[in-house]
Amino acid sequence: MKLYKCSLTELKNMIEEKRVKLQDIHESISYRTTHTDPIIKAYVNKNETYNIDELDQNNYKDTYLKGLPIAIKDNISIEEIKTTCSSKMLEEYVPPYNATVVEKIKEAGGIITGKTNMDEYAMGSSTENSAFFPTVNPWGKNRVPGGSSGGSAAAVAAGMVPVSLGSDTGGSIRQPASFCGVVGLKPTYGAVSRYGLVAFASSLDQIGPLARNVEDIALMMNVITGRDEKDSTCVNRDYPDFTEYLKNDVKDMKIGIPDQYFDIDFDQEVRESVLNAVEKLKKAGAKIERVSLTGAEYALAAYYIIATAEASSNLARYDGVRYGLRAEGADNLKKMFTETRQQGFGEEVKRRIMLGTYVLSSGYYDDFYLKAQKVRTLIKNDFDQLFTDYDLILSPTTPTTAFKIGEKRDPLKMYAADIFTVPVNIAGIPAISVPCGFDQKGLPIGLQLMGAHFKEEKLIQAAFSLEKILNLDIKYPALK
Amino acid sequence: MDNKYETIIGLEVHTQLDTKSKIFCSCSTEFGSEPNTNTCPVCLGLPGTLPVLNKKAVDYLIITGLALNCEIAFYSKFDRKNYFYPDLPKAYQISQFDLPLAKNGYIKVETEEGIHRIGITRIHLEEDAGKLIHEGSIDQSSGSLVDYNRTGVPLAEIVSEPDIRTPEQAREYLNYLKKTLEYLKVSDCNMEEGSLRCDANISLRLHGNKKFGTKVELKNMNSFKAIEKALAYEQKRQRKMLENDKKIVQETRTWDENKSKTISMRGKEEANDYRYFPEPDLVPLEIDEKWKKDIEERLPELPAVKRKRFIDEYNLPEYDADVITDSRDLADLFENSVSEYKDAKVVSNWIMGEFLRLINEEKTAIEDTKITGQLLAKMLKMIDQDIISSKIAKTVFEEMFYTGKDPEEIVKEKGLKQISDQGELESLVEKIIDENPSVIDDIKNGKDKAVGYLVGQVMKETKGKANPQMVNKMFKEKIK
Ligand SMILES: [Zn+2]
Repeated sequence: MKLYKCSLTELKNMIEEKRVKLQDIHESISYRTTHTDPIIKAYVNKNETYNIDELDQNNYKDTYLKGLPIAIKDNISIEEIKTTCSSKMLEEYVPPYNATVVEKIKEAGGIITGKTNMDEYAMGSSTENSAFFPTVNPWGKNRVPGGSSGGSAAAVAAGMVPVSLGSDTGGSIRQPASFCGVVGLKPTYGAVSRYGLVAFASSLDQIGPLARNVEDIALMMNVITGRDEKDSTCVNRDYPDFTEYLKNDVKDMKIGIPDQYFDIDFDQEVRESVLNAVEKLKKAGAKIERVSLTGAEYALAAYYIIATAEASSNLARYDGVRYGLRAEGADNLKKMFTETRQQGFGEEVKRRIMLGTYVLSSGYYDDFYLKAQKVRTLIKNDFDQLFTDYDLILSPTTPTTAFKIGEKRDPLKMYAADIFTVPVNIAGIPAISVPCGFDQKGLPIGLQLMGAHFKEEKLIQAAFSLEKILNLDIKYPALK
Repeated sequence: MDNKYETIIGLEVHTQLDTKSKIFCSCSTEFGSEPNTNTCPVCLGLPGTLPVLNKKAVDYLIITGLALNCEIAFYSKFDRKNYFYPDLPKAYQISQFDLPLAKNGYIKVETEEGIHRIGITRIHLEEDAGKLIHEGSIDQSSGSLVDYNRTGVPLAEIVSEPDIRTPEQAREYLNYLKKTLEYLKVSDCNMEEGSLRCDANISLRLHGNKKFGTKVELKNMNSFKAIEKALAYEQKRQRKMLENDKKIVQETRTWDENKSKTISMRGKEEANDYRYFPEPDLVPLEIDEKWKKDIEERLPELPAVKRKRFIDEYNLPEYDADVITDSRDLADLFENSVSEYKDAKVVSNWIMGEFLRLINEEKTAIEDTKITGQLLAKMLKMIDQDIISSKIAKTVFEEMFYTGKDPEEIVKEKGLKQISDQGELESLVEKIIDENPSVIDDIKNGKDKAVGYLVGQVMKETKGKANPQMVNKMFKEKIK
């Protein structure tokens, strides 16, 4: 048996039952990575601070994760390991502190294998905006893995690591999960600490797990959720043991299917695959009804105003004064600022900073930012209203399967790819993307389930059931 | 002095709140530490860090607001003020824009023209920036160093209404603020250490005009005196311009202390657009009734009220009341003494005399001295009981000032007890009479004042310990 193919849960069980050695797991993963990553390019930096030969499995005996490997998106700070956000600006930046999720993973006995590639500062849907190199979708080498957590999704899909962490501001976990045929969960805003996550849009960003099955997602949620005194927006509440909800049972679960989402013109194969899954859920006893949920297209507009506004402020600190890139040869302060930012940021990042600066400018604030915030409230209310009657809302994760590298040159077309995922961030609710089939090109299709605030356990239960009902035979991608 | 134009002045005071730790992290606020030692990832604005509000800073702001007769907002929030400068690590300052914690207050100041009410528009909470060190201006200097120790120290910004009409009123307003903040123990208001800074807006208009004239902002005044001087200079400059039919330009001018004049810094068109928007990393601030009540109960008696009460209750002369209520610690010392020693004027004399003399000599803070009201009262009683003379009391007082020892103990230790023993004094008196036959003759010839000389001789022999009244009486009896 190839250990790298095993899920986190399987590996955990095998270690607990002393059927496998921790070193062998890491060896297998490392071997797989050495042979796969030169093609996929999921990692930006490997963690060089640990040595497999020196791993002692006894040190992890009493921990939850038993010393098992986890990959982390490169916008999550780890002490003494580069955190580049796939940007030239931070190419050499080494944080002096750990993100709270990293602390939690370390306490739980997880071993971080490395930092995964992403769209620069998490801005993008294809990982082509990485300043270093694009990541390749393991399901087709001319295909993008999605983004911005493309490296995290591709690493998991290609068997380089069982689970990874990504971040999701407008779909950045769910969309690459969908493109790469893995499971990805965006938790409720405030369920996971953002401390140490390099901010893109503070009111939308949320860290979440990616894995090859729902079970592993539940395991990771047990590790990363919870209050953090370092993050005032992180909510103080108790979380259940999410693995308790790994039940194949959707009986009497009420699931809404928004007409407006299915009225959108999107890929026929994606539509059929999602509707096929709906039929199977119905057969399993779920109560599925058509519902009205307005505002998806407004959500996209509001999103690109709020996200860019916050980004323009969050990314202002990269000025060359304290850390990161500083342009050489600038002979005055203004030049140092402008040349540093000119050289350090890529095109998409600059575009969003400019958009955000514009919408916050005096005279435009009311028309853009304020209006977007009002739209946000309306969208949130719409969701809240629906969740008084429904347990979950179902939609495709993305309008298409993975597109070709270099195919989407028009930024507006790229932004439109977020249409199903963005409303979730705007409303702050949790959502999960689960594979529901393949198109004729053999590319994975993802289905999205959305839940009420802090109802991740329902998402996990429904996603787990769907996984069992569909029983997809997700083979490892051929990696040609 | 000038009847044609009315001067309109508004002041913006920034004062550091004297909390132990910074407003959004746990770093120390201590002044004068080694550069960049009171810093952490949060106040250095490292990527991924988040602010957590120090509740103490909110307490301090609320008590200030209450003391300045403000309404306290039950719902308030923080906003980002965006601008680039090397002393601002995040390239935005967390401040309060449209919902300040306190607003609509007022104070009353007294000048020679009478009592004048000055409105307080708002008081809000924000973070301080760091300190740049370079020669000349930043663009002419070959380099600049930054000290981020001050970054994140809590500041209260107190904005007055344009109610101030003369530079003297401005000074009195500032004196009142300073005294009040010191009474509240929320700020030490030290302009040299930069814990209090003040900018001014000044414009002129024809008497009777409703419309304000074009205002000029004044910066860089480093003392209350400088503020008064700068305002007087600017008042004269603007008047001259108006009298010569010249237009005032809206601009920022800096006070040049050496040249005693204001110099143009930048015009309106160069003014920053700060692109304020709500700080997404902090939750809105809700002040419930209980929080407000708790603080209200801690509100001390304010200087003006205390001054009036000291005059009414203790019959203190106005001058004494002014001096003693100038500082809360001094007033407390006074009241603590008076509670045990009823002659308020005697207490006031000792405090204004010996106590303040020693304070000035030693340059120590009142709160750091060892004298208590109880000790002073006890010493004063010892004078009344003829245990020590007033002269010896000065020695006892000095000893108490430095050591905080009980006056009885000091008298015992140093053998300072007054000699009131009839026999002991008589032999001394006789000895002096024998030694000074010519003086005795003078007295017998009607030069009564010479008795004082003889008493002085006895005092000298006893190192001041003899009871002077008894000695005086003895001489008069014996020489008759
Ligand atoms: Zn700090």
